[in-house]
Amino acid sequence: MKKLLGITLFLLVVYGALMVSHENAASFDTHFLLGQRIGLYGILSLAAGLLIVTGGIDLSMGSLVCLCSTVFGLLVVRYQVSIALAFLAMILLGGVVGLANGLLVTKLRLQPFMVTLCGLFIFRSIARWMTGEAKIDELAQNLGPLPDFFEGAIAGMPVYLWVLLLLIVVGTIFLHFSVFGRYFVAIGSNERAARYSGIATDFYRIFAFVLCSVLTALYSFLALMNSPSVAPSTTGQNDELGAIAAAVLGGCTLRGGEGTIYGMIAGTAIIQILRMMNTFWGIPSAVEGIMIGTILLLGIIVDELLRQRERSRSVL
Amino acid sequence: MAHDPGRGTDFKSVLPSVPAIEARGISKRFPGVQALADVHLQAYPGETLAVVGENGAGKSTLMKILGGVQPPDAGEIRVQDQPVAIHSVKDAERYGIVVIHQELNLAEHLDVAGNIFLGREPTRGGILRLVDPIIHERAAAIARRLGLDVSTRTMVERLSVGHQQLVEIARALSLSSRVLILDEPTSSLTERESARLFDVLRELKKQGLCIIYISHRLKEVEEIADRVSVLRDGRNAGELAGAAIHHDAIVRLMVGRELRQFFTRHAPERPVRETPILEASNVRWSAQQQEGVSFQLLSGEIVGMAGLMGAGRSELAETIFGVRTLRTGEIRVSGRRLKLKSPAQAIAAGILLVPEDRRVQGLVLSNSVQHNISLASLNTVSRMGLVQPRRECELAQRMVDQLRVRTPSLQQLVGLLSGGNQQKVVLAKWLCRTPTVLILDEPTRGIDVGAKAEIYSLIDQLARSGMAIWMISSDLEEILGMSDRVLVMHEGRLAGEVARSELSEEAIMRLATGGAL
Ligand SMILES: Nc1ncnc2c1ncn2[C@@H]1O[C@H](COP(=O)(O)OP(=O)(O)OP(=O)(O)O)[C@@H](O)[C@H]1O
Ligand SMILES: [Mg+2]
Repeated sequence: MKKLLGITLFLLVVYGALMVSHENAASFDTHFLLGQRIGLYGILSLAAGLLIVTGGIDLSMGSLVCLCSTVFGLLVVRYQVSIALAFLAMILLGGVVGLANGLLVTKLRLQPFMVTLCGLFIFRSIARWMTGEAKIDELAQNLGPLPDFFEGAIAGMPVYLWVLLLLIVVGTIFLHFSVFGRYFVAIGSNERAARYSGIATDFYRIFAFVLCSVLTALYSFLALMNSPSVAPSTTGQNDELGAIAAAVLGGCTLRGGEGTIYGMIAGTAIIQILRMMNTFWGIPSAVEGIMIGTILLLGIIVDELLRQRERSRSVL
Repeated sequence: MAHDPGRGTDFKSVLPSVPAIEARGISKRFPGVQALADVHLQAYPGETLAVVGENGAGKSTLMKILGGVQPPDAGEIRVQDQPVAIHSVKDAERYGIVVIHQELNLAEHLDVAGNIFLGREPTRGGILRLVDPIIHERAAAIARRLGLDVSTRTMVERLSVGHQQLVEIARALSLSSRVLILDEPTSSLTERESARLFDVLRELKKQGLCIIYISHRLKEVEEIADRVSVLRDGRNAGELAGAAIHHDAIVRLMVGRELRQFFTRHAPERPVRETPILEASNVRWSAQQQEGVSFQLLSGEIVGMAGLMGAGRSELAETIFGVRTLRTGEIRVSGRRLKLKSPAQAIAAGILLVPEDRRVQGLVLSNSVQHNISLASLNTVSRMGLVQPRRECELAQRMVDQLRVRTPSLQQLVGLLSGGNQQKVVLAKWLCRTPTVLILDEPTRGIDVGAKAEIYSLIDQLARSGMAIWMISSDLEEILGMSDRVLVMHEGRLAGEVARSELSEEAIMRLATGGAL
């Protein structure tokens, strides 16, 4: 509870700072753009966060974004496959990757960090090899009215934000009110105890990996609607780091067992607001990393200090 | 023996008049609980003071304060009649106060020797500070004294809870101390190791050490204590000394009333039905086992299982619960053969296990009491995958009331409860279900007498309702009091069976140590 209050406070401070940072900041356009970005990147944060709650982690998300986009692009542009089919293929690819990760982690007892580190190398490499390092630029002509739809608004709110809202509602019910969410938390906090409770821990851990990769695939599709071109060497680069950062900033711990949907989204919002502030202030993007890294470091220091204060009062 | 006060004499006149350690007016409050209120305690050199009290009475909290783990809200600690400020474990050690805490604090990924000397490793090689291999010899010497018969190079995570407890004790003994505090050191030791420990403690006492000893096994308290101090609801409830130390007297002070019936096993009048519910034949879980284990459980009976530490009782239970892989043999429930891959299948077949190590296997410490109790029964309190908070709350409240778990609320994190209350939550988690076979591995570890009596009567009821109950315990009293028959294990095999009519401590110990009936 205290944690959520802290995140909210932090979010408000950052938002306030954005508002006073520039005369255009309070405009509708700014908010619209911000809404779009939060909507888009929020999906990735949910993907990373839900997995982290179970004690897993996925470093290959960015590379998977690249691979998914490439597959989608090639199918649509080179093989003239319908968009719906290409979309399905993309989601399926995500599911298969998640399943493979999950199986390796649970059945062979490999560490998630290691398995997905390998994925990080492999997926992007496949994408570059498939395209021969070439960009896929002709995607825009093939997508019809879709990009316009996703770029637009429904009832004044960006479509991306609507999508995220839907995921937030489903995700909140899933993580905080359903039996599944309970199991996720239990597995993340103490897998042994969960197993002894008769919970099929392997199933749920695999499920979390699949969920993460499928959401990543969904994000890839939406991101393509936002900018319909694929550059295999850069698309999705470092996306996993942004997503993990948002989740951690929002109160997930890499130890597992902790995290809220609200926190993951708030973390995303904080990072996106900071990015926007950089553009307003004309800070070169080279410096962006310093800012986000520092904020994140501060966030986890405060979190740890809170934790230690709690512990000094109560020895677990 | 001239200075050994002995029981029944007025030892106060013999003891030095200056307490080795004294607590004056200690108070400590946690959110929602007054753990200690104006508590006094004195312990003298060369005596063993037992501190007893119900679960949550404040015993561990007081010891944590003496050991520098937690600061008191108010009060004074005096060592050799001087007021001292103890802010950390290091401070406490400087005053010669060493505490073995109730919950184990070992570095899982270090070996036995590494744990015993953690922070005080003998080194050589000058600035390189290489760990001196002599560490193993020294560790082995201490281990031998306690009867800890494992290699000092074994990783602690691979040891059973009992062995881990001995490592913890060995660590404390390797520190030179004037006041040695042991918070439920024997809760997972069997008779043999406990006896060894008591020998060591008597020797230390003779050397003038002051020993403060906490236990819920009142028989031990009778055996070893010179004086007993009782806490109730965080306050001093009285003291007993010498010949006045007697089971019933202690209980009266602890609970504040007479406790009539302790063991409530009503042996079934008619013989239990002869069709076995659980049949295990030739069960093996390790390649080292010469022969498999075969036994049966009948409906409505309570089968005790005794054995020394490392006899394989918990391993057998874990194999039948699907945690360990079955190497050979088969397991049948009501005649149907089980295919076990994980506990989920065992539970589906009606077998439940209350595991031995509550903190590792039984509880999610960072979750609330309510979530822990409902974790294994969520399907009964949810609809279409959604947890119904009202029904979950009712379930948890019912179990908390039934087992008298002392907690400020259902939302309290389980890790913040006292040890005995944590154990009650583990029991609550499983007793709210109705299995056909219930395996209890050290079910009353760390639970106070009053609650024990209640748990025994609950177990008795469950058995009478037709459940087969298999109770593994290191507490011989409990085994003798509750079992219809007792299976005894020795070095990974079944050494024999003792019927209720022939039950005796000697019979069990003979089998447990490898002898014949
Ligand atoms: N860190 C903590 N935070 C909140 N409450 C606590 C904490 N530690 C102990 N308590 C509460 O203080 C009371 C006393 O606990 P304590 O551990 O001292 O009991 P105990 O006498 O050792 O019991 P047991 O026999 O079960 O070990 C209990 O009600 C417990 O729930
Ligand atoms: Mg205690």
